[in-house]
Amino acid sequence: MEIEKLKTIAKEMRVDIIRMLTEAGSGHPGGSLSCIDIIVTLFFSKLRYRPNDPNWADRDRFVLSKGHCVPALYAVLAKLGTLPHDELLSLRKLNSRMQGHPDRNRTPGIEASTGSLGQGLSVALGMAMAGKTMKKDYRVYCMISDGESQAGQVWEAAMAAPKFKLDNLCVLLDYNKIQLSGAVRDIMNLEPLAEKWRAFNWNVTEIDGHDFGAILKALNDAEKVKDKPTLILCHTIKGKGVSFMEGKWEWHGKSPNREEGERAVQEILARN
Amino acid sequence: MAGKATRTAFGETLARLGAENPRIVVLDADLSKSTMSDFFASKFPDRFFDMGIAEGNMVGAGAGMALAGMIPFICSFATFVVGRFEQIRMSVGYSRANVKIVGTHCGIGIGPDGYSQMALEDIALMRSLPNMAVVQPGDAIEAERAVEYIARHDGPVFLRLTRQNLNDVNPPDYKFEFGKGVVLRPGRDMTIMATGGVVGNALKAAALLAQKQVDAQVVNIHTIKPIDRDLIGRVALSQGKILTVEDHGIVGGLGSAVAEVVAELGRGRVKRVAVEDYAESGDPDGLYKKYGLSEDNIAAKALELLHD
Repeated sequence: MEIEKLKTIAKEMRVDIIRMLTEAGSGHPGGSLSCIDIIVTLFFSKLRYRPNDPNWADRDRFVLSKGHCVPALYAVLAKLGTLPHDELLSLRKLNSRMQGHPDRNRTPGIEASTGSLGQGLSVALGMAMAGKTMKKDYRVYCMISDGESQAGQVWEAAMAAPKFKLDNLCVLLDYNKIQLSGAVRDIMNLEPLAEKWRAFNWNVTEIDGHDFGAILKALNDAEKVKDKPTLILCHTIKGKGVSFMEGKWEWHGKSPNREEGERAVQEILARN
Repeated sequence: MAGKATRTAFGETLARLGAENPRIVVLDADLSKSTMSDFFASKFPDRFFDMGIAEGNMVGAGAGMALAGMIPFICSFATFVVGRFEQIRMSVGYSRANVKIVGTHCGIGIGPDGYSQMALEDIALMRSLPNMAVVQPGDAIEAERAVEYIARHDGPVFLRLTRQNLNDVNPPDYKFEFGKGVVLRPGRDMTIMATGGVVGNALKAAALLAQKQVDAQVVNIHTIKPIDRDLIGRVALSQGKILTVEDHGIVGGLGSAVAEVVAELGRGRVKRVAVEDYAESGDPDGLYKKYGLSEDNIAAKALELLHD
C-alpha cells in the first residue's frame, strides 16, 4: 500500500520535473530523475518534517549536496505544500525563489545552499555534530552524487563522521554512473566505491535506488545502527523514467524542448 | 608592557566566553596549540572538535553547526582557512551562516616559517564577500574586546590575529566599537591609518615624524569591513593625505579599502605601505625592515606623501 503511494507520487514528481525544466529552458533532468524515487521515499515515508513549519527546530534535515538536481526537491516540497505548486514553473527565472541551485535563504524547505559539488556533506556533518552536541534526536540525511565523489572534500567529511560517531547521519549516494561529460568510470573511476566507504568506517548498504521497498528498508535499518554513520549506495539510472534520456550523459545538463518535454510526460504517465 | 599576541588574548577570551554561552563551539584543524583554541578545548572538550588537516571540511561543518543554531569559531592559520575560499563563499557567506572564522599567524610578522605560513591575501579575499565582516585587533586588549563582540555579532566574521606579541596601544578601559576607527594619536598635518600588528610601528613612526616637526595623526582601523567611511571621509576632506600601513599584501587590504572610499569621495590622497612580494623566512624585525613595515620606512613614506 505504502509502496503504491510512493510510486504514484514519484510518477507525478517526474512529470513536474520535466515540466519545470522544459519551461526553464535549461537545467539537469538526468540526475533529477535518477534521485527522485529516493527523495520521495525519504520525504513521504521517513522524514520528521512539518511542511508548514520548515524551520521547526527538531525536524530531520535533508541536504541535497548534488544541488543541480534541485528540481526533484522543489517538486517534493511543492507536493508537501511547503512551496506553492504554481511557483514551480518559475524555475531559473528572474526574481523567482526557484533558484537554479539550492538557496536556503530564498526558498523555504531548503536546508543548505549547494551547487558547488563536494560541499554539502560537510554542512550535513556539521548539522549532525550540532545535533549530538545539543543532545537533539533529529537525523540528518545528505544526498551526494557519484561525480561529486571525485571531490576531496567528500572524503574529508567521510573521515570525520565516524570519528564523531555520527549515527544520526545517513548519506544517500545517487550512483547513476554518468556525469556531465561521460561515464564516471571513464572520467575518474570511483570503484571500488562501497569498499572505500567501508574502509572509512561507515556502515554501508547497497540497494536498487528505484526499488521503493529497498529504499525504505535501508532507511529504517540505518536508524538502528549505533555509533556509526550510514552510507546507502543507491544504484540508479540516469534519466530514469524517460526512455530517450536513460543512461545518456547528453541529458545530464540539457533541458528538453517543448516536443521532447511532451513526449517525456506522455511516457511517464503511460508507464506502470 | 610585556606584550601579548592577539591569538593568545583570543584563546583566553574564548575559553571565558565558553562558560557563559553554551552555544559556542570551536573547531580547529590540528593547530589548536598554535591558534590558542587549546584553552577552550581543555575547558570544554565536548564542544571542541579537532577536524584534522582538512580545512575545507571544517568550513562546511562549521556552517552546518551554525545553521543548526550554534556559534562556531573555526580556527587555523589565516592562510589555510581563508585558502578554502570557495567553501567560505558558498557554505558560510552565501548561506548566511553565523560562523566566526579565526585566522592566526597573519602577515610576515610570523617570521622564520616563511611565506607558506604567512597570510598575505586573506583580507582581500574575505573583504570581497558581501556579508563578511573583517576585524583585526591591534593589541591584546582590543583582541579580547573584539572576541566578546564577535560572539554576539549576528553573521559571519573573519578575525585576523598575530602570532607575535604586541605591545599595548589601547588603554586598559578600552571599549571596542565595531566599524569605528580609533584615533590613537591626534595630529594636524596628515593621518596614518594602520591595522593589526603594525599599529605599534605606526605610532613609533609618528614619534619620528614629530622630531621633524610633522604632526601626524594615527588611527587604528580594527574593522576593515565595514570600513569607517565617515572617519576616512572627514580626514580626506580636512587633511587630505592618508598613509595606510598593514602587514598584508598591497592589493585588496586596508590600503585598498581606504583608497576606495577616498576615490569615490574625489578628494584627498592615499599612499599604501604593505607587502609587495612573496615574502620569505627571517626574524620579524628584519622582515619588517626589508619589506617596508619598520617605523623608519613608514615615516619616510609619510614624508614622501606629505611633500608630494
